[in-house]
Amino acid sequence: MDVAIKATGLRKSYGDFVAVDGVDFEIPKGVCFGFLGPNGAGKTTTMRMIYRASPVGGGSLVILGEEAAGGRNDRKIKQKIGVVPQEDNLDQELSVRENLEVFARFYGLDRKQAKARAVELLDFVRLSERADSKVLELSGGMKRRVLIARGLVGAPELVVLDEPTTGLDPQARINLWDRMRDLKRKEATLVLTTHYMDEAEQLCDSLVIMDKGKIVAKGRPRDLIREHVSSHVVEIDMATSARNGSDGVEKATSELARLAKRHEQHQDRLLLYVDNGEEVVTRAAQLLPDAETLLRRSTLEDVFLRITGRGLEE
Amino acid sequence: MRLPGDIDLTTSVSVWRRNLTEYSHTWMTNVLPNFFDPVLYLLGMGLGLGMFVGRGVGGLTYIEFIAPGLMAASAMQGASFESTYNVFVKMNFAKLYDAYLATPAQIQDIAFGELLWAVSRGLIYGCAFFAVLCGFTLFGHRVIVSPWAVLLPVAMAMTATMFALIGLTFTASIRNINYYGFYYTLWLTPLFLFSGIFFPLDNPQMAGGHAETIAWFTPLFHCVRLMRGLAQGPLDWTHGLSALWVLAVIAVLAWVVPRRMRKRMVH
Repeated sequence: MDVAIKATGLRKSYGDFVAVDGVDFEIPKGVCFGFLGPNGAGKTTTMRMIYRASPVGGGSLVILGEEAAGGRNDRKIKQKIGVVPQEDNLDQELSVRENLEVFARFYGLDRKQAKARAVELLDFVRLSERADSKVLELSGGMKRRVLIARGLVGAPELVVLDEPTTGLDPQARINLWDRMRDLKRKEATLVLTTHYMDEAEQLCDSLVIMDKGKIVAKGRPRDLIREHVSSHVVEIDMATSARNGSDGVEKATSELARLAKRHEQHQDRLLLYVDNGEEVVTRAAQLLPDAETLLRRSTLEDVFLRITGRGLEE
Repeated sequence: MRLPGDIDLTTSVSVWRRNLTEYSHTWMTNVLPNFFDPVLYLLGMGLGLGMFVGRGVGGLTYIEFIAPGLMAASAMQGASFESTYNVFVKMNFAKLYDAYLATPAQIQDIAFGELLWAVSRGLIYGCAFFAVLCGFTLFGHRVIVSPWAVLLPVAMAMTATMFALIGLTFTASIRNINYYGFYYTLWLTPLFLFSGIFFPLDNPQMAGGHAETIAWFTPLFHCVRLMRGLAQGPLDWTHGLSALWVLAVIAVLAWVVPRRMRKRMVH
């Protein structure tokens, strides 16, 4: 298996603040690899070290066969990487086409090649008809697509996407996911950060969860769910039962909890992590006829909650 | 092609060309107005004030005296505006350099590309004004009279390079765009007024006879002296010394600027 990125004891601090605290990970070529975690977990700092905007603070980081620590191989590494940044830093003074052409020149393409590349990429992100628009005239989702196209002008072996869909409406997100799946089919290695768990489940073959500068879990999304939680969650809203004074709410709760692998109670809301969903739902209906019961698949969000003991967006 | 200081010239030229693309859209509003600045000073001061400076300066009429210095000021202003406000906005508001740095471009390539552009802009203004002065000469004013005047564009490029580097040094050192108020009012304007463009500094009554000595330590003074020497002669060793003065400042700041910008951008 070819390795795209290998980090060993990777660190980065700003003054006293340790942003990345000695992480190890290995990203195989050709996969979509995710970095998940809440804001401030160290994802973006890790990305900045990968795309050589930040010097490596400590440890080793080998990217496509080149050691990034020390900075001597920056040009070589950056030539093979495409970056889709978190914030919109498109060139507002230029048209969409000019944006792509200017950046293509930085990768060593000549004028003719740059023009051809811009046409090809505008087609890829479905923006050919907006080629001569000013960047200012585009919607948020379109700008993000231009950023993706710009990240691809150097025909990169590795594409780094930092929070690619943050702040977009659902339709624009789904559109972007399609583009990323297209990219995966082209066998590029994708590295993305996100704090949307559904995005990670949709796109990532493998991922790590970061919290406070450390990696707290790694694996395939389904495996992580199986390992850390259960296949399903039963959510029971007992507010009505409690109000109606249904007898034995407490007794019912403890019986249901015994049926589950694990449970959590937040006021009148009972979360049961189960592998035998149907059975638990049936039993809940008997014990708490007034309660509202929902059976759903476990998500990475449950994994995250379980591991860190708190929600993602707080 | 790689220049000293690990500058990739192709990348720098791409930065330069990006600016050219921007200005090809907006030259009418962005480039044209500043061209009139020195022309207005030439007419206003030269013709207006010149009426009261009847005996002229050192055998020249007043308008002939101030014309070469205004050429230096013109190159200074073109290079300064570009290396201050425009670079600041690209670096801090538009985050454009962050985007450049995510490509193979390195900070020194970007700095050199912006320097080339600022010098180009200084040269555009300087040469346009030079053309105006040639026009005046054709109509009988003794403005451009020395054959050494063919070297004026070289002096303009040196002037623009020095002031672009000074501007970049300042830009890489400030966090708030409002500091340019100081840069323009307390730095460029005094240089403009007291570098020997509008009156000779070797007058024994001026600053106790030390005016020229004080001005010697400031940058525009040397540019004005060079322009005047090349346009109207006679050239002597003081002009050579002034050229060396400018080149020395360029050499020092060419070392400082990429380091300052790296400190500012890469962390």
